[in-house]
Amino acid sequence: MSALAHVPSRSSGSATSSGRVGRRRATPYLLLLPGMAWLVVFFAVPMAFLASQSLQQGNIETGYVLTWDWQNYVSAFGNYWPQFSRSLYYAGVATVLTFLIGYPLAYAIAFKSGRWKNVLLVMVIAPFFTSFLIRTLAWQTILTTNGWVVRFLRDVGLMHLFQLAHLVNNNVVLGSQLAVITGLTYNFIPFMVLPLYASLERIDIRLLEAAGDLYAKPWTGFRKVTLPLSMPGVVAGTLLTFIPAAGDYINSTLLGNPDTTMIGQVIDAQFLRVLDYPTAAALSFTLMVTIVVMVMVYVRRAGTEELV
Amino acid sequence: MTVADLSVSASGLSAPPAQAAGADLRLVALTKRFGEFTAVDDLHLTIPAGSFFALLGPSGCGKTTTLRMVAGLEEPTLGQILLGEADISATKPYRRPVNTVFQNYALFPHLDIAENVAFGLRRRGVKDVSAKVNDALELVQLGGYAKRKPAQLSGGQQQRVALARALVNQPSVLLLDEPLGALDLKLRRQMQIELKRIQTEVGLTFVHVTHDQEEAMTMADTIAVMNAGHIEQMGDPTTLYERPATTFAANFLGQSNLLAARISGGRGAQLTSVVVQGRRLALPTERISSAGEDLWLGVRPEKLLVLPAGEDLAGRNSLEGTVTDASFMGVSTHYLVRMPWGQELTVVQQNDGSAPLRTGDHVVVAWDPVHSFGLDATQDAHAGEDIGDTGGAGS
Ligand SMILES: Nc1ncnc2c1ncn2[C@@H]1O[C@H](COP(=O)(O)OP(=O)(O)OP(=O)(O)O)[C@@H](O)[C@H]1O
Ligand SMILES: [Mg+2]
Repeated sequence: MSALAHVPSRSSGSATSSGRVGRRRATPYLLLLPGMAWLVVFFAVPMAFLASQSLQQGNIETGYVLTWDWQNYVSAFGNYWPQFSRSLYYAGVATVLTFLIGYPLAYAIAFKSGRWKNVLLVMVIAPFFTSFLIRTLAWQTILTTNGWVVRFLRDVGLMHLFQLAHLVNNNVVLGSQLAVITGLTYNFIPFMVLPLYASLERIDIRLLEAAGDLYAKPWTGFRKVTLPLSMPGVVAGTLLTFIPAAGDYINSTLLGNPDTTMIGQVIDAQFLRVLDYPTAAALSFTLMVTIVVMVMVYVRRAGTEELV
Repeated sequence: MTVADLSVSASGLSAPPAQAAGADLRLVALTKRFGEFTAVDDLHLTIPAGSFFALLGPSGCGKTTTLRMVAGLEEPTLGQILLGEADISATKPYRRPVNTVFQNYALFPHLDIAENVAFGLRRRGVKDVSAKVNDALELVQLGGYAKRKPAQLSGGQQQRVALARALVNQPSVLLLDEPLGALDLKLRRQMQIELKRIQTEVGLTFVHVTHDQEEAMTMADTIAVMNAGHIEQMGDPTTLYERPATTFAANFLGQSNLLAARISGGRGAQLTSVVVQGRRLALPTERISSAGEDLWLGVRPEKLLVLPAGEDLAGRNSLEGTVTDASFMGVSTHYLVRMPWGQELTVVQQNDGSAPLRTGDHVVVAWDPVHSFGLDATQDAHAGEDIGDTGGAGS
């Protein structure tokens, strides 16, 4: 053994090998380069631009100057906090609903669908073949006042309950909170189902057999094994639903009324109609920071299994 | 860790099993079909309470399927599973006092080792969970690993966790599906002794699946040799080895020389005379498990003696032949001896200091007639050859 250890000639090898090591160290950074460039050009620079815009004063005719004035934030938030909190509330409710509908759906596709699995997956994705706008417009027809959905809600008495909860106005669904939340839920269900399916599908069903063998009833097995193992999908699905839903402006525009205005609509109007760029920028920034903070808290808690 | 340490920790586990203690496990006409394919075919077995039962057979013969039916993870196509007097065939797995050590471990990846082991205890609301878990982990020599996740353990360590996770529940029947498959030889031997000791001490019924015949023979009270969904033969290790009843059992469990023979002059009271290629040989009548006149005369390699031609062979069976291969193994020498009709017999000779024979030597192969056994000639003489994992107990 000791004789063998002396065989490779260290001195001649070291120069080339250190060069190789250097290159090997550089490789990950080289691979990161295109992505980093993309991030700088399309994210960091626009972000900086937006940040600076939110701290400017002036108007569209005379031009804007950077004043480092926080007043924009104070007034934007002061004027629009109802829309702000409403957006988070609608997005939150829609996320809970997509989860409640999406989890059983993803579970059924992953474990119970047999040879129909691919068909069902295509059906989950199929709505993407038409545009978001068209699909939302279609809900205007579905929820129309004399349509069968509304008639059904009236017949079974649910409309009465919705009315009591102020979810609908005058027994009309269209142009109500209910319609906006329904639209959000519908539009974001695939974003919930797909990550849930992906994480459920990876679960080894033999683990559930082991749980059963160790005296866990099916429901306990689900709570102690399936659900914890699908947490990555739950986190991904809820984020993919909540974040875009909080910034959405189409559902409330097409299905809501002036009292259901969401922050996305306000930003849209400030940028494109009122042309008050600093206010729009300040609102955008506030929304973004709020969501980032919420996501961080959420992911932390999910990571420590407190959510299980 | 010494044996004394272990017996202390094992005694922590030796409280009487929760339920159905002392109940025999009986499989009655148990059958499982997957579509057209019959994985387990009309199995009849009685496994006495407190015994160490080994199910031995080649890959794909239906061992796992049988265990899964006992555990309740697979529904039998036909037949019954009885624990004592109770028919548990339709009982849900989580209600059966049966635990499994899975072939693929099936540890819960999101739980640490201690929680994996505690899983069954918590489901039943047992007290003193952490003390029991610690005892069980000590028992499989993983005391310091309680806080690790399964992914941070080696394959052999995971296997031992799987063992602890099942053992800690003190089930009436413990099903072990190749629980030592991933261990290296040394640890494997150690765990075999350990398992056997736990079983004797705690008095649980163990059903141990393996395709390692040595493992089965050293550990089990009873071995069932399984082939293609049915039991070929069942018995204690000695009987099984000394008196195989089928060619499959003769070849799978150790090695056998099988000679085509025909009874001549009827069955005797003690010995029966047979003719093999014109030579007259004898075997004990009670060791013939064939009704016909034709049979396979079998003899284990280590029962054969090779002698230089011309030795005195009074009362022995003998055949002349030529050595075609000799491999010296230290403890013994393995010879291949070619018979005049072309068949080669395997001979294992103890290294007793006698002069070794060389290839080409003309020799006589002799053995005491009582070591012969007779098998049904309609069976394939090569059934079960070359599928045993460990070269043969004779080696
Ligand atoms: N779910 C299933 N569907 C169809 N065939 C199956 C199924 N499970 C097992 N089989 C077949 O049944 C036979 C017995 O399988 P089993 O897993 O019991 O073998 P085994 O004796 O445990 O083998 P090994 O030693 O390789 O683990 C095999 O031929 C296998 O292909
Ligand atoms: Mg198996």
